Amino acid sequence: MTTVPVRQRWRPQERHIPVLATLGLLALMYGLGSLRYIGFNDPQIILNVFIDNAFILVVAVGMTFVILTGGIDLSVGSVVALTTMLTAVLLEQAHWPVPLVILAGLAVGAALGFGMGCIIHFFEIQPFIVTLAGMFLARGICYAISTSSIPINDPFWTYMGRSLKFGSLKVTWSVLIAVAVVVIAALVLAFTKLGRDAYAVGGNPQSALLMGLPVGRTRIAVYTISGLCSALGGVLFTFYLPSGNSLHAIGMELTVIAAVVIGGTLLTGGTGYVWGTALGVLALGLIQTIITFEGTLSSWWTKMVIGILLFVFILLQRLIAARRPT
Amino acid sequence: MTRLATAARTAATHRLFWPALVLAVLVLGNVAFTPNFLHIEVRAGHLYGSLIDILRLGAPLVVVSLGMTVVIATRGIDLSVGSTIAISGALACLVISDQGDQNSVGGVLVAVGLALALSLVLGLWNGFLVAGIGIQPIIATLILMVGGRGIAQLITDGQIITVNSDPYELIGGGYLATLPFSVLVAVVMIAVTAVLARRTALGVLIEATGGNAEASRLAGIRARGIMVMVYLFCGLCAGIAGLMISSNVHSADGNNAGLWYELDAILAVVIGGTSLGGGRFSLGGTVLGALIIQALSTTVYTVGIPPETTMLFKAVVVTIVCLIQSPAFRAKVFGRRPRSTPATPSEPAKIEVPA
Repeated sequence: MTTVPVRQRWRPQERHIPVLATLGLLALMYGLGSLRYIGFNDPQIILNVFIDNAFILVVAVGMTFVILTGGIDLSVGSVVALTTMLTAVLLEQAHWPVPLVILAGLAVGAALGFGMGCIIHFFEIQPFIVTLAGMFLARGICYAISTSSIPINDPFWTYMGRSLKFGSLKVTWSVLIAVAVVVIAALVLAFTKLGRDAYAVGGNPQSALLMGLPVGRTRIAVYTISGLCSALGGVLFTFYLPSGNSLHAIGMELTVIAAVVIGGTLLTGGTGYVWGTALGVLALGLIQTIITFEGTLSSWWTKMVIGILLFVFILLQRLIAARRPT
Repeated sequence: MTRLATAARTAATHRLFWPALVLAVLVLGNVAFTPNFLHIEVRAGHLYGSLIDILRLGAPLVVVSLGMTVVIATRGIDLSVGSTIAISGALACLVISDQGDQNSVGGVLVAVGLALALSLVLGLWNGFLVAGIGIQPIIATLILMVGGRGIAQLITDGQIITVNSDPYELIGGGYLATLPFSVLVAVVMIAVTAVLARRTALGVLIEATGGNAEASRLAGIRARGIMVMVYLFCGLCAGIAGLMISSNVHSADGNNAGLWYELDAILAVVIGGTSLGGGRFSLGGTVLGALIIQALSTTVYTVGIPPETTMLFKAVVVTIVCLIQSPAFRAKVFGRRPRSTPATPSEPAKIEVPA
C-alpha cells in the first residue's frame, strides 16, 4: 500500500497559535490606531513603547522561565524596588564605583532568587507562598533602608538615560539591553540543556525526575534567573527614572504575569516562548499608548482593558487545549 | 513517660497547635512590652483594650479568609477578593451618598443589599470561569483582580466618596451590646460557615472536590456546582469585608481599599494549616491565622518597631511559620522522619489503565 501524498493547506502548529494570536492582535491594534489617530504610524511610537517598557520586558523574561517550570514568582516587583534602592544608596551615600554598584544589585537579586528556589525545592513549600514571603522581605528591606526617595545624580546614569539617535529615531540603551536579554533567553530556552530541562520540568515534573533530569537544579536555576532579571530590570528602571524609592514598581508582578499569559505561556508550565512574552509586553504598552492618544479615557480604563484582554486570551488558550487530542 | 508529657505530645500533634502557639507568643510578647496589654475595660458602654482592637480590626480579614479557606479547599485560589472589597465598598458608598437623607436605615439597607448582590455576581463570574470554562483559578481570578480595580474606580469616578451615615458606620465602627459590631458579624459568619461545613455533608463534599475533582464527579458529587458555590461564598465574604472597611473609614477609595488583602487572606489560610494543594481545610486554623496577621500589625505598633520594618517582620514570621509546618523541613532540620506513612499521603500513583 502506498499513501498518496495529499497537498495540505499550511496550518500553524498548535503550540504557536497563542503567540500568533498575540501578534495578530498587536497588528490589529496598531492598524486601528494608525487609522484613528494622526501621527500614530510614526515608527517612533513603537520605539517609545519599548523605551517605556524596557524594564518590564526584562523582568517578564525572567518570569517566563519560572512559569515555564510551572512555578510563579510574586517577588519580582519588590526586587526591582530593592535594586533601585540599593543602587541609589550605594552610589549617592556609599560612593561605590559604578560597575561595583551594578554588580552588587544584580548579585543581591540573584541571591534572593537562589534562596527562594532553595526553600521551594528543599523544603517543598509552594512557590506562591515562598515568593510571597520574598516579596514582603524585599519590600521590607527597602523600607528599612529608607522611606524617602533618593535621587541618583551620577553622570553615568544621566548618560544612560539619554536617548541614542538613529536619524530621526530615538532609542535608549535600556531598549538595546532588553532586546539582548530577550534574544539570549530565547537561545537559552531553545538550544541549551537548561532550556529543555525547564520545559520538561514544567510539562511533568515526575516524568522529568524519572528521566533523570536534574529537577531540583532546574527549579533553583529558574528562580535565580528570575531574581537576576528582576535586578537587571531594577537597574534599567533607574536609568528610566533616576531615583531609588521603596514605592517603585508596586504591583508590577501582576503586569508581568499578565504579559506572560497574554504572550501565550501556559501557567501550568511546559508551553510558551520568550517571543510571546515580548509580544505580550508590547501589547500592554500599546494599550497604554492608545489610551493616551484617545485622551478622553481615564486611566482606570487601562486596567479594565487589560482584564478583558486577559480573559480573551485565556479563553483562546482554553479552546486550543480543548481541541487538542489527549 | 509522665502523663503530662503524653498530653503535651498529643497537643503538639494537633493541627491547631502551631498557629495557637504563635498567636500566644505574639500576645505574651506584647505583655512584656506593655504590661496592660491584656487589660480590657468597659468605657462609655463599650469594651476597650488592645485585645478588642485586634479582634475589631481583624474582623474583615477573618471574614475574607473564611471565604478563601473553602476556595482553597477545592484546590482553587481567589486573587480577586481585594478588588471585590473595593467594588462593594464603592457601590455602597455611592448609593448612600446619592440619597437625600444619608441616615435613613432603609436607604443604608438598600445600599448594603446592592453591594452584596454585586459581590455575589462577581463571585459567580469567578465560579463560571473556573468551573464552567475550566480556567486555572489563579488566572481566572487574576482577570477580576486587575479589571476589578478599574471597575471600582469607574464606580467612584476616580474620587474618594465620603459618607456621613450613622447606620452605615455601625457595620465597621459601631458597637452593639458593648461589643464591636464587626466582631459580631465575623462571629456569625464563622458560626454559619462552621455549621454548614461541619454539621452538613457540604464540608465533606468540598474536601472531596479539592482532593480529586474528577474522582468526586465520578462518585456522584456535582463538583462543578460545589466549585461555583465556593466562589460565590468567597465573593460574598469579600463583599461583607468591603462594607466593614469602607464603613470604618466613612469612605470608599477604589484605588486603595482592600489593597493586598488577597495576599493576607491566603497567608492566613496557609498559616492556619490548610494546604494550597486542596482537600482538608481547617476553619479554626484560618481564624487563628487571620488573628496572627492582625496581631502582628498591632505588635509592630505597641512594641515600637519602626512601622517601616513591618513588612520585614511579616516576611520573617511567615517564613518561620511555613518552615515549621513543612514536613520536609522538620525531617531535614530536626532529623525526624515524617511521623508515619499514612499521616502524610504520598503523591497518588498515576497508573495508566488501558481502556
